[in-house]
Amino acid sequence: MNKNIILAGVGGQGILSIATVIGEAALAEGLYLKQAEVHGMSQRGGDVQSNLRISSDPIMSDLIEKGGADLIISLEPMEALRYVSYLNKDGWIVTSSVPFVNVPNYPDIEEVLAHIKALPNHVLLDVEAIAKEAGAPQQAANMVLLGAAIPMLGIDHDKMIAGVRRVFARKGEEVVEKNVAAVEAGYSNSKK
Amino acid sequence: MKHLLLGDEAIAQGAIDAGLSGVYAYPGTPSTEITENIQMYEAKRKEGSPIFCRWATNEKTAMEAALGMSYMGKRALVCMKHVGMNVCADAFMNSAITGVNGGLVVLAADDPSMHSSQNEQDSRFYGKFAMIPTFEPSNQQEAYDMTQSAFALSEKLHTPVLMRVTTRMAHSRAVVSTSDQLPTQNQMSLPQNVQHFILLPAFAKKNYAELVAAQDDFIADAEKSGRNRYVKGENPQKAILTCGIGYNYLMEVLHTDVENEWKKASILKITQYPLPVALINQMVSDGAKELLVVEEGQPVVEELIKGIIPSDIKVIGRLTGALPRMGELNPDSLRKAVGMEALPTLEADNIVVSRPPALCQGCGHRDMYAALNEVAREYASPRIFGDIGCYTLGALSPFHALHATVEMGASVTMAKGAADAGQHPSIAVIGDSTFTHSGMTGLLDCVNSKANVVVLISDNLTTGMTGGQDSAGTGRLEQICYGLGVEKEHVRVVVPLPKNMDEIKQVLREEIDYNGTSVVIARRECIQTLKRHLKQAKK
Repeated sequence: MNKNIILAGVGGQGILSIATVIGEAALAEGLYLKQAEVHGMSQRGGDVQSNLRISSDPIMSDLIEKGGADLIISLEPMEALRYVSYLNKDGWIVTSSVPFVNVPNYPDIEEVLAHIKALPNHVLLDVEAIAKEAGAPQQAANMVLLGAAIPMLGIDHDKMIAGVRRVFARKGEEVVEKNVAAVEAGYSNSKK
Repeated sequence: MKHLLLGDEAIAQGAIDAGLSGVYAYPGTPSTEITENIQMYEAKRKEGSPIFCRWATNEKTAMEAALGMSYMGKRALVCMKHVGMNVCADAFMNSAITGVNGGLVVLAADDPSMHSSQNEQDSRFYGKFAMIPTFEPSNQQEAYDMTQSAFALSEKLHTPVLMRVTTRMAHSRAVVSTSDQLPTQNQMSLPQNVQHFILLPAFAKKNYAELVAAQDDFIADAEKSGRNRYVKGENPQKAILTCGIGYNYLMEVLHTDVENEWKKASILKITQYPLPVALINQMVSDGAKELLVVEEGQPVVEELIKGIIPSDIKVIGRLTGALPRMGELNPDSLRKAVGMEALPTLEADNIVVSRPPALCQGCGHRDMYAALNEVAREYASPRIFGDIGCYTLGALSPFHALHATVEMGASVTMAKGAADAGQHPSIAVIGDSTFTHSGMTGLLDCVNSKANVVVLISDNLTTGMTGGQDSAGTGRLEQICYGLGVEKEHVRVVVPLPKNMDEIKQVLREEIDYNGTSVVIARRECIQTLKRHLKQAKK
């Protein structure tokens, strides 16, 4: 088992929470893990990414090579496209369809979405709307996205849910259930 | 115990478990999390001895305080980003001459590719410059283990030890096994020979001779410690020397199924300097004809190695173009260096535009810049000298407010130099934490020559860029300015909010038109720390 995942988004959107849950589930499975994060200046509304690698064998590099990623999980559609050259030929993009526009030259969103749809393997979801439908707060949109990525992660659905429960346990039962609901909603909306 | 730790967290835990008594640091990416983790440990600590962990005003005060703690026989850690080494260089260089009593480890976190920095200087030069042992772990477990070894080696060889990491080491997570034992700190003890710490020329000459003589011991340790490992390859005519995390990228690409001649090369993995001459000689006597040097940062070893190996061995690396001359390494650059094809991939998407970082919505720096820009436009040729912090982003869209930004504190003194040259208005923009870090002495220079400058301190009550650490002068900036001799009526305080725009502009105009040194403090709490404080208050 070997998965190379690029998590993408805009500083402050919460990509690291997705990484935390995947990491929790991976470690419980006895898998090796390396996760390179971005801290510092780019967190101020700039583009951010994290390289997450999980494997049944020891991992050497903290960074994923071009053409080496199996999956891009992105909280923002243009940010998903930023890392396309890292994706392998059979790789998947799982992304939010909601643009985060904080630059004046942000491209036409319809064109951005068309580019994503032109890729062979993609899941494009309005994660904020799905979170709302599931009765979860807007901050749980990242958990919807995580749910949508479960089929491509190589870790069982039930084990991911158990990971969500452990990560949010100290925040109380209500927070746990809302996040689980968000993950489940993303999972059932995923096409695969 | 096993934990998923950032490299920075592994270093913090390693230092704690080594019996650390004090950490001294000024925040700076990518080093900040080390001190923060020791602070978190200290906040929760129920048993054992306390660890001093309050932020220092700058890297020089940090380095000197750590040397003082070492003088008293206790273990001290100093942490900083690479450019912090420049700030503490006087204390650092001379700590090599004094030597240490308690273990003293200096941690420099370099930022190749300048993710959050203004240059990519390589701190290994400082290790070589000061002639002290330097560690460079290749993974998170080594970062934990080697921090403990660094304290032990420091005490054994009576020398500070420099530990160098880079961004990907500092900010990448992996599982680390740590000790379960409660750490024990050194008891207080005085140095055996106090003359070691009195650097009068007569004593310093003797100390320096000892340091020079100790180089053989430092090399011997690098050869025997096990931290540098040589493995003879099936084809020892080819050899690869890796430094720190360069090893991981090399192994990543060599472990693939592709046929490649470098797979049979001898490999010398370096994590401790000075270079292990005996291991290098072994590599040479095994028949090395071509040597690839893989190092993160500047070509330090690639240059040094030529003084050790015969000149007929071909050395390739960053200087020859085998690896990129600038920026951090990655598996892609290693793949190219060993002559492997890149992996097949999808085309990069050309619709994507860059998304630079920006000041937060609602940030006080924004209102400060809005007012400053309007006033500046009223003058024919204003010059605004910026400094290091979130507000450096004022150089970008939409403000384009700054005409220079160089290093910590330079806004004040460059504005002074420009005013000395005849520039008016000459304005410095500096944050509160940067002001106390390195702006105060420059302000004294301004006062002493009655320089015609306005120093605009954008005071958000925190060290914002690195995530909201305590700022050394909070609540006392006016007193500091008075104390330095700025006239009371020319220390003005405004609140940067849109509703105060007219008042702020008027204050700026008055102080620009005053022929002398003025300080305008624009004070409003950082929007990020404010959110955090409101959340805490709710609980």
